[in-house]
Amino acid sequence: MNLKAFLAMLARDVRVARRNIVALLFQTFLQPLMFVFIFGRVMVGSGYMPPEYKSLLLPGIIAICMIGTGIWAVAMPLIGEFQFTREIEDRLLAPMDISWVAIEKVVAGTLQALAAGIMVLPAAWLLLRPGVDLSLHRPLMFCAVALLVALFSAGGGLALGCSIEQTHIGLMFSLVVAPMIFFGCTYYPWSALAKFPIVQKAVLVNPLVYASEGLRGTLVPQFPHLSMLAVFVALIGFNAFFLIVGLRQFQKKAVG
Amino acid sequence: MPAGIRTSELRKVYNSPPPLAAGAGGMGFAAKRGKGKQPKSEVVALDGISLDVHPGEIFCLLGPNGAGKSTTVGILTTRVKATAGQAWIGEYEVWKQQVLVKRLIGVVAQRPNLDFSLTAREILTFHGAYFGLNHQERSKRAADLLERFKLTDRADHIVRGFSGGMMQRLSIARAMMHDPQVLFLDEPSSGLDPQTRLLLWEIIREYNNSGKTVLLTTHNMEEADALCQRLAIVDHGKIIALGTPKELKSSVPGGYLLRLHFGRSNPEFLQRLQTLAGVREVRASENQGVDLYADRGGSLIPEVASLAVFANVELCDVHISEPSLENLFLHHTGRSLRE
Repeated sequence: MNLKAFLAMLARDVRVARRNIVALLFQTFLQPLMFVFIFGRVMVGSGYMPPEYKSLLLPGIIAICMIGTGIWAVAMPLIGEFQFTREIEDRLLAPMDISWVAIEKVVAGTLQALAAGIMVLPAAWLLLRPGVDLSLHRPLMFCAVALLVALFSAGGGLALGCSIEQTHIGLMFSLVVAPMIFFGCTYYPWSALAKFPIVQKAVLVNPLVYASEGLRGTLVPQFPHLSMLAVFVALIGFNAFFLIVGLRQFQKKAVG
Repeated sequence: MPAGIRTSELRKVYNSPPPLAAGAGGMGFAAKRGKGKQPKSEVVALDGISLDVHPGEIFCLLGPNGAGKSTTVGILTTRVKATAGQAWIGEYEVWKQQVLVKRLIGVVAQRPNLDFSLTAREILTFHGAYFGLNHQERSKRAADLLERFKLTDRADHIVRGFSGGMMQRLSIARAMMHDPQVLFLDEPSSGLDPQTRLLLWEIIREYNNSGKTVLLTTHNMEEADALCQRLAIVDHGKIIALGTPKELKSSVPGGYLLRLHFGRSNPEFLQRLQTLAGVREVRASENQGVDLYADRGGSLIPEVASLAVFANVELCDVHISEPSLENLFLHHTGRSLRE
């Protein structure tokens, strides 16, 4: 690996992100924060939802925000750069094995997903306050879960971005991302699906379930959540899977 | 140390339409039925290309669209994997020692593939950074190249709004940014106005004078003639002629080509044409046409015309070309480079 080239590409991604910072902030935070406001404040304030719902909702919102950011940050540029304009070509010709170009994308996406998580946590907490009962009693475990979630989102972005064409972006969101969010235990805990046993089993293939439940287990452990062991095993497994698939697809796309 | 380029029996077969990395131009896509149930489309882009480009040489691949020029460049620049055969840049084998090869080469693709999220200056400085140039060095080189390619006015603009010619110039500047030993230019002057084309030729010659190897592809004979020390004519993935422009031009019988069209034609008349002084070869072409290779041009026309009157054949059209690479291509393939 060529560290100088790798860091230069990372610097390039930071430059581009900084240039698009306003659009990026709106894209990352507007929807989750509107959701927090409507469900956390309006619905709870008017009595349609119990006050505890605020604490339950927060980890799910962080998970959505991180996953959305990571997937978007890696998949969208890749789809564009591999298209007709072949913008990525210059980086593929840098004196470095081309797999590192993909890994750089994943690192950049992971950092963006982590930044989104770090920023949305206080923003959502401020919007929901008072009555949010967060207890960061195992900070190391929280950091580990957050890192795995961020990495998974960027790895998923790599696999998706290298597998679909520009014309299928809309389809990717309606067929992959939207069902993932709704069946990802983001707005409700996994245990709430107990009355729908088939759905409850089926959603276990959705990696977002482990992200939401993992964050729930580390931020609001007073609510029922999946065992942390299951969360770690699943997140590590999904990370490995998406990275392997993503790197393979990247190679296939990069070389004629 | 200057590096050369060598290939041995390069072969490339695409199972799907050639990817953009190969600069898929107007490549013909022949469908063949495989043994399986599914009909499989295969296209042979390269069919055994062996080349030896000397260090410090300007070498040109000349051929029509779809001849396999871009695929050859793609393989030599690590961007396309050959189906068979080997390629070397300097002493390094391209596919097995990609990183070492990439250090030696600069590439200008057929279509500008600039990073649309960056400004012109950033495109150059980030490229320099990928190749490990320090901050001071890359800023200076970028400024020099922007000046050289007349892009200083727009240096800090995002390139999305650039014209085709500006993008092309910037692509070439970028390829030179890390001062590579071997420069690949895939149809570098397409889309450039005549003035910029001359500037580009001057820059390529200058770069070559500093001891660098240049491989360029073109379907413009004038460009090949003006720039190259040696060239290979490529058609349907094969090299059909190789040598200096002078050698190749003199290999055409006679050198001059008279393309004639008659109202009607017959073998007897063609034989009579063959007997005219200076005529080296007569070939029937499509639509009652006759290609006449000779060692003189215009002075043959009165004799051809009187022969036609004598044989009661109407002479409809005459086109005379002087010794050129175009004639050479026609002589080998029966087709014009522009077809």
